Amino acid sequence: MSRYFTEDHEWVDVEGEIATVGITDYAQEQLGDIVFVELPAEGATFDKGDDAAVVESVKAASDVYAPVSGEVIEANAALEGEPALVNSDAEEDGWFFKLRLTDASELESLMDEAAYAKYVDGL
Amino acid sequence: MSAEPDTEIEEELPPQELVLDGWHRARGARMVEFAGYMMPIQYEGIMAEHLWTRTHAGLFDVSHMGQLSFTGEGLDAALEAIIPASIASLALGRQRYSLLLDEEGGILDDLMVSRRPDDIYMVVNGATKYDDIGWLIEHLPDDVTMNLMDEHALLALQGPEAVVALSRLVPSVEGLFFMQCAGFAWQGHDLWVSRSGYTGEDGFEISLPAEAAEAFADALCAQAEVKPIGLGARDSLRLEAGLPLYGHDLSPEISVIGADLGFAILKKRREAGGYIGHARVARELAQGAPVKRVGLGIEGKLPAREGAEIYAGSTKVGTVTSGGHSPSLGVPIAMGWVDAAYAATGTALEIEVRGKRLAARVAPMPFVPHHYHRQPS
Repeated sequence: MSRYFTEDHEWVDVEGEIATVGITDYAQEQLGDIVFVELPAEGATFDKGDDAAVVESVKAASDVYAPVSGEVIEANAALEGEPALVNSDAEEDGWFFKLRLTDASELESLMDEAAYAKYVDGL
Repeated sequence: MSAEPDTEIEEELPPQELVLDGWHRARGARMVEFAGYMMPIQYEGIMAEHLWTRTHAGLFDVSHMGQLSFTGEGLDAALEAIIPASIASLALGRQRYSLLLDEEGGILDDLMVSRRPDDIYMVVNGATKYDDIGWLIEHLPDDVTMNLMDEHALLALQGPEAVVALSRLVPSVEGLFFMQCAGFAWQGHDLWVSRSGYTGEDGFEISLPAEAAEAFADALCAQAEVKPIGLGARDSLRLEAGLPLYGHDLSPEISVIGADLGFAILKKRREAGGYIGHARVARELAQGAPVKRVGLGIEGKLPAREGAEIYAGSTKVGTVTSGGHSPSLGVPIAMGWVDAAYAATGTALEIEVRGKRLAARVAPMPFVPHHYHRQPS
């Protein structure tokens, strides 16, 4: 399994044609206390860069973009009852949704963990 | 190339630094630009800071606000000709909430005014202070002198344990009741302390010389009850307390009566008038205001933010002016302006958020009860 990162602070785990998407620990730290996550419906299709989810922190609402194109096959139901999972475990249990990839070549434009770490250091 | 309007040039000015700027950063504050200053929005997190203030004591740096001192012959009458507060009947050591109104009765700012031994002291909002000063200079007679106390910091200590913590440093503050104020000394520095605030809790606002601010903030935060609290929690605390925020819930678009701030105008002034904007107040006292500021309880967990439209069926009847998650209640709450016909408590409405309609109800405010230390009557 490989993990990719975007400049919008999303992570993408890819296993075969399925991509699991969440926001990074850096992103949850910047957003602060998360009180609501609006997730996409199963079957929704996104092009890379489309608005896919919304994270509501105490402060403000922030969009989460589809890091790659695909069809939503599952949304993380656990976030409905416990949105704070995104704060406590952003990069594992706090995942947002799973996509069936429509264009795996899009992954090539994303960062690996080392490149993302360097990107965040530069912010 | 066309000339840029003045406002854009003003916006390009770099933000000012609070006297406690380094103090906030050393405590891990995340700093953001607000009202022309770099301000701490949060330290450990808005939720934790909010709940700490409701149960212990939070220290807020509100030095961006405008502290004004007025002196001179005929001062009481001169101020009464501008603002609707009763200044003549304002006793030494008493504070009142008041407003700056434009000629049409729209709200230019909200403020606190108090009488000190040698002057009248006023605190206005940070984002509006230079406009307020301009308005006041235009309307005050030459005999009255107004000073912006920009060598003074302003700190607020809020929460049920504020009195315990502050009275260890300044024992006699315990004697103040809500909306009373007095001068005290701390380590050779003059403090002006009022028992008031913007959280709904008991607490104090402390005006002090800028050079004493850091040592005083350190002395307060050395108390086990006290933590520094950022602007983020200040906003969620005041929203729960039902207190309007200028520039959001109050603006020149809304009137005193519409904003439900009629309490700020005492009977004598309501009847006699004589302040800027009275005609609108008098008319709306008699006929009601067309638009009212109300509290809104929202079903579910999705917060409605400022700007969200409010509907009754397919008719748009208002706009959310402040909204967010209530850390104390664990649900979304909001304030908004609605057409008067939909302002009664309990009225069922809908708020549109990203194309979805959220069920909402006009709710009484405050959302969380006030805990002021009022003088027994």
